[in-house]
Amino acid sequence: MKSAGCMTLIGLFLAANVFAAPIDAPATLPPDLPLPQNLIAKDKPGDSGGAVVLTWTDPASLPAGTEIEVLRAEPPAYEWQPVAKVAAGTGTYTDTSAKDGTAYRYGVRTSLAAADSTGAVSVAASTGAPVVSEPVSSHDNWFKVERTNSFVASILFVIIILGSIQMARSGKEIFIRRIPGLNAIDEAIGRATEVGKKVMYIPGIQSMDDIQTVASVAILGHVARSTARYGTDLEVPNKDPLTFASAREVVRAAYLAEGRPDLFREEMVNYVTYDQFAFTAAVSAKMTREKPAAIFLVGYFFAESLILAETGQSTGAIQIAGQADPTQLPFFVATCDYTLIGEELYAASAYLSREPVLLGSIRGQDIAKGILILIAILGIVLASVHVVDLSPLFRTR
Amino acid sequence: MTFDFGQVALVLVFAIVPILGIILGLNSPGLRSRGPILIGIVAGILPILAIYIPKNFVSGNGGMSPRLDAWLIILAGFALLLGVVNVLQNNFRKVARRESGWFFSIVLLTGLFVTGGFGIYGAVSRTGIGFNPDGSSTPFKYMTDWFFQPLQSTIFALLAFFMASAAFRAFRARNVEATILLIAAGLVMIGRVPILEFLAVPFPFLHAAAASGSQALGRLTEWIMDVPNGAAQSGIIIGAALGAASMAIRVILGIERGYLGLGKGE
Repeated sequence: MKSAGCMTLIGLFLAANVFAAPIDAPATLPPDLPLPQNLIAKDKPGDSGGAVVLTWTDPASLPAGTEIEVLRAEPPAYEWQPVAKVAAGTGTYTDTSAKDGTAYRYGVRTSLAAADSTGAVSVAASTGAPVVSEPVSSHDNWFKVERTNSFVASILFVIIILGSIQMARSGKEIFIRRIPGLNAIDEAIGRATEVGKKVMYIPGIQSMDDIQTVASVAILGHVARSTARYGTDLEVPNKDPLTFASAREVVRAAYLAEGRPDLFREEMVNYVTYDQFAFTAAVSAKMTREKPAAIFLVGYFFAESLILAETGQSTGAIQIAGQADPTQLPFFVATCDYTLIGEELYAASAYLSREPVLLGSIRGQDIAKGILILIAILGIVLASVHVVDLSPLFRTR
Repeated sequence: MTFDFGQVALVLVFAIVPILGIILGLNSPGLRSRGPILIGIVAGILPILAIYIPKNFVSGNGGMSPRLDAWLIILAGFALLLGVVNVLQNNFRKVARRESGWFFSIVLLTGLFVTGGFGIYGAVSRTGIGFNPDGSSTPFKYMTDWFFQPLQSTIFALLAFFMASAAFRAFRARNVEATILLIAAGLVMIGRVPILEFLAVPFPFLHAAAASGSQALGRLTEWIMDVPNGAAQSGIIIGAALGAASMAIRVILGIERGYLGLGKGE
């Protein structure tokens, strides 16, 4: 009797669990989900490694909500580990967690998730064993294929520049249009010499890793040669320490080259501070107190551009600015006597030195610009008449 | 220990070669000037290669190009030290010689030593430069919050006044170009604010007309900014980009030497 009672209790317990189980399953569960086909695993081309691209063909007419489960097995055990789940119909997945040189096997299988009445999600149906790829390992590549257009354009540009430099070397006369801002440099320094006041040169607030600063420091060399020649005082306040070190060497070299090392003083090129607005305050105060006759604002400036240029303007100094960033250019155009706009800043060194080799590169730059203008016009015409859209050719990732 | 080709190449090019160059260049001015050009060439080519070559030793996380960027920061640290020394030298000299504005130098030096002192105190006492363990500000943070930042904001705020004075000068209709600028600027300014609605407030019968007029002005403003202004900006950007690329080629080829203080033939 006692054992019969126990059996009844166990039976009731089992029955309760068995009847409770089907609550998690969806009402209409498909009996078999078909497997994806044609799984191919390849190293991702043109990357720095660590990525494998999987592609497969999804089976037709899968139930809504079906997902493709991506699995990965790595040596030596080759046990399947889940990597990701993607929606059916995607057909591709990139595993970015691969270790270079490890021969992985990838697998994909179909699975259908379903929610029970409490909202908990469980995998209700799966194809079980996955479709397996050939072993594949990721590695770093030699060329970023998606940047081919940029690479070809760069090579063409270099060829044009080198060709123009070669032409200049052969002695062919090269015409460069007059740039008033650069012609005014000597005028500004001459004026400072006449009135016996200093020339202030501010090479922007960026470091030497900015090409505008490199261009500015090259122009500083020409300005320093002129001040050395005329015996005019020069001051170069700096915000960036690397630019400061470079500017000092350039000014020192310019005074040596002009045979006036006696006129060079270390404090001519000075360091102010690394903070943008503290620098602005210090330089503005110097402008107001010392009233330089000529102020050069050449390089990369941000919000301080207008504060410096307006302060300089209020002191009555002749001001020459140079900037390639269009956001700050209007401020300089409004407040300075001359402004080197965009490419003029980069052409300044060649223009001032008149070295044929440097002028050749300016010519090459103009040829490249002409080609770009022609392509732009052609693109506009072709897109307007709906013949062909050239814009994908110029997209770079 | 694995052999890191990128690291070895960088050390060779940027450390061993310059040191050898300096030693050999003591008796050879030509070599002394070629050393920086060589370094400039390699430093210029590497980031370009990193754009097209995804190999790990070039552009990977520990590759030559990112490592070069990290080295630049280290180099800037040393240069900053040079800058601080320069600030001290210049201002001490000004005070010693009682040059014009020497009292400003005293203020500067006081600020430098007090702030620097608080920073060093924070490092030595391990309280850092942020907050004390009890949540109160460290002296360094107090200086930053109550002196430095308000002063920064003050200078930045000056921009509004300078913008007004610059606009006043730029928008004078002296010639045809300046007049076009004045008209365009006037339209853009009016189109950015609901001026018509504001003016029509006392006249209810004009509200609808003011709203549609304001929308039309807004569209005109957008057109001015996107079409003529956008076209001009694109022109400047394309020209500047080509100019920068041309300058970069000159630097990489060692043709442009002005930034090194070297002239023709040096």
